[in-house]
Amino acid sequence: MSNQEDSQNPNNRKADMSQVTGKQESGTTSRTQAANPVATHSLSDVANARSAKQGQPIVGATGLEARNIHAWFGSKHVLEDISMDFFSGTVTALIGPSGCGKSTFIRILNRMHEFIPTAALAGQVILDGKDVYEPGVDVTKIRLRVGMVFQKPNPFPSMTIKENVLSGLRLAQIKISNADELLESCLKRAGLWNEVKDRLDEYGGALSGGQQQRLCIARSLAVNPQVLLMDEPCSALDPGSTLRIEETIRELSSSMSIVIVTHNMQQAARVSDFTGFFLSDGGPGRLIECSTTSEIFTNPKEKQTEDYVSGRFG
Amino acid sequence: MSQTVLMMKPQRPWKLTPKQILPDAIGALFTVATTLLLVAITPLKGKLGFALVLIAMAITTVTAISWIRRDRKAAMNSTTTVLVYIAASFVIIPLASVLYEIVRLGANALSFGMFTADMSLTASDSPLNEGGLLHALIGTAYVVIFATILSTPIGVLTALYIVEVKGRFAGVVRFFVQAMSGVPSIVAGLFIFAVWMVQLGNAYSAVAGAFALTVLMIPTVARTSEEVLKLIPGDLREAGLALGATQWRTVAMVIIPAAKSGLITAVILGIARVVGETAPLLLTIGGADAVNLNPLEGNMSAFPYHVWKNLLIGSENAISRAWQGVFVLMVIVLIFFALARYFGAVKGNKK
Repeated sequence: MSNQEDSQNPNNRKADMSQVTGKQESGTTSRTQAANPVATHSLSDVANARSAKQGQPIVGATGLEARNIHAWFGSKHVLEDISMDFFSGTVTALIGPSGCGKSTFIRILNRMHEFIPTAALAGQVILDGKDVYEPGVDVTKIRLRVGMVFQKPNPFPSMTIKENVLSGLRLAQIKISNADELLESCLKRAGLWNEVKDRLDEYGGALSGGQQQRLCIARSLAVNPQVLLMDEPCSALDPGSTLRIEETIRELSSSMSIVIVTHNMQQAARVSDFTGFFLSDGGPGRLIECSTTSEIFTNPKEKQTEDYVSGRFG
Repeated sequence: MSQTVLMMKPQRPWKLTPKQILPDAIGALFTVATTLLLVAITPLKGKLGFALVLIAMAITTVTAISWIRRDRKAAMNSTTTVLVYIAASFVIIPLASVLYEIVRLGANALSFGMFTADMSLTASDSPLNEGGLLHALIGTAYVVIFATILSTPIGVLTALYIVEVKGRFAGVVRFFVQAMSGVPSIVAGLFIFAVWMVQLGNAYSAVAGAFALTVLMIPTVARTSEEVLKLIPGDLREAGLALGATQWRTVAMVIIPAAKSGLITAVILGIARVVGETAPLLLTIGGADAVNLNPLEGNMSAFPYHVWKNLLIGSENAISRAWQGVFVLMVIVLIFFALARYFGAVKGNKK
């Protein structure tokens, strides 16, 4: 009996490990790809498979655009001259090593940057043809249209699951008549409905980490944003929950434009249509390259991008 | 494999065996014996002498045993442990003896009549079954409730200004709040006496007492609320704001509900700070022996006043009345705090 178990265990463990360390293993495979062109799980294959499945993204319909963004914290210049387009109906991934300004950039897009007391900014963020930093713009309306999901799941602890999902409406004082329908559709779109439909009156904190993060996504969806910013939404989650959230992102991407910051290049290759690579060489972070995801992972123009996506540094 | 699992019993291998406990037990016996001996043969006499010798002997014995059995580091650890235990007992012994004394002297001759009668027709010296402390109960209720109504919003809003709004004067406000929490209570009483009564020409009343207590209560409520609000993770604020809420909506719907039980604790601590205050009340409520249902004018009594007055009279029955007052006040405060805790914990903060 115990012998049998022992003989099975190593296999199981190997399978588990490859799941957990997906990122590292993929790094190795893509490095060996030159020698072995039939490798099946390289990042470029993943990226190509994804765009092949989705068809070409709708290029041209710009919902959100960052123009010449610079950012400072105190006297420290952290972002230099970032210009990016985010097309509606697409997923854009921002990759790059820690501390290169990805999160700062994403927070600039919905004006969360200004909550840091020493923060400063130059440049424009154009949402539907209007600069969100223009004087007189109602910042709460901007944040209604540009939703955000944070790195750590942060459901409101004093609210039930139902109240959490609908909290955006109450916070922004929007009145709706069909709250139950909206609740169901948001939870369904976030891929959480089946797990929580019988326990909507429990507190959000009772859910697991991955469920809490999907609850936070559902909460962002309830106010019907046109852009959803995700700041490393899966970094605190296990592979199963990560997979579930990636499915969610894929389902959502048809109806809104999504910007996702991630350290996991596999994830960027799996979910995104476009990828921007940020890098800081000790000074301010720069956008080294921005292109379709398959191009970044198959045929990057810059040497630094190639080094990063092939796992040679970072 | 599953059979062996069934045979396993839960054990605690880290537990000390009798053999290991033996040296400590001998050490404890040695400590007590030597202490008794030392008290007997030296001029150190009395309870204080005994306590001092016992502490010194306990530290020495425990340190010596650890040093002999293990090493210097273990000896240091044992010394610190004993010092911590001694410090803890220094806190617990006075508190427990205060409670014991209050119950012993205050719990006798309690009757239902105490809560229906006042002292207007009874002399303090008369038997305990006559008269009561209804006037003190009503007075304390008025004064504390008004003080709570006034200081809770001011204290919590001050904390919100310091933590959430982070206004330009946040540092100054925090400094003043901290300085105010060190104000002697009689100064608060004098302040209200000088401003509200002398300058504005008002007479003794429950509201004057409430004002004085408010001055004392605001800093406690504000400082505790500030600490509580600081514990709310910044993520929650950002999550609220990222959903398109104004700062006020975020605070009202997210921050305050999340901090609710802490804020209730802040108010409870504030009440605990003022409920037994005597000096500011002596200057502001005037004191009375009859029930006064009008909080806006007329002399008012309160538990601390009732206790103070009866202690001053000094006869046996009067002193018993004072202890009764202390006991009843303590029980009421205990019931009130338990209720507040219960209702504060019913909803929210369920993790």
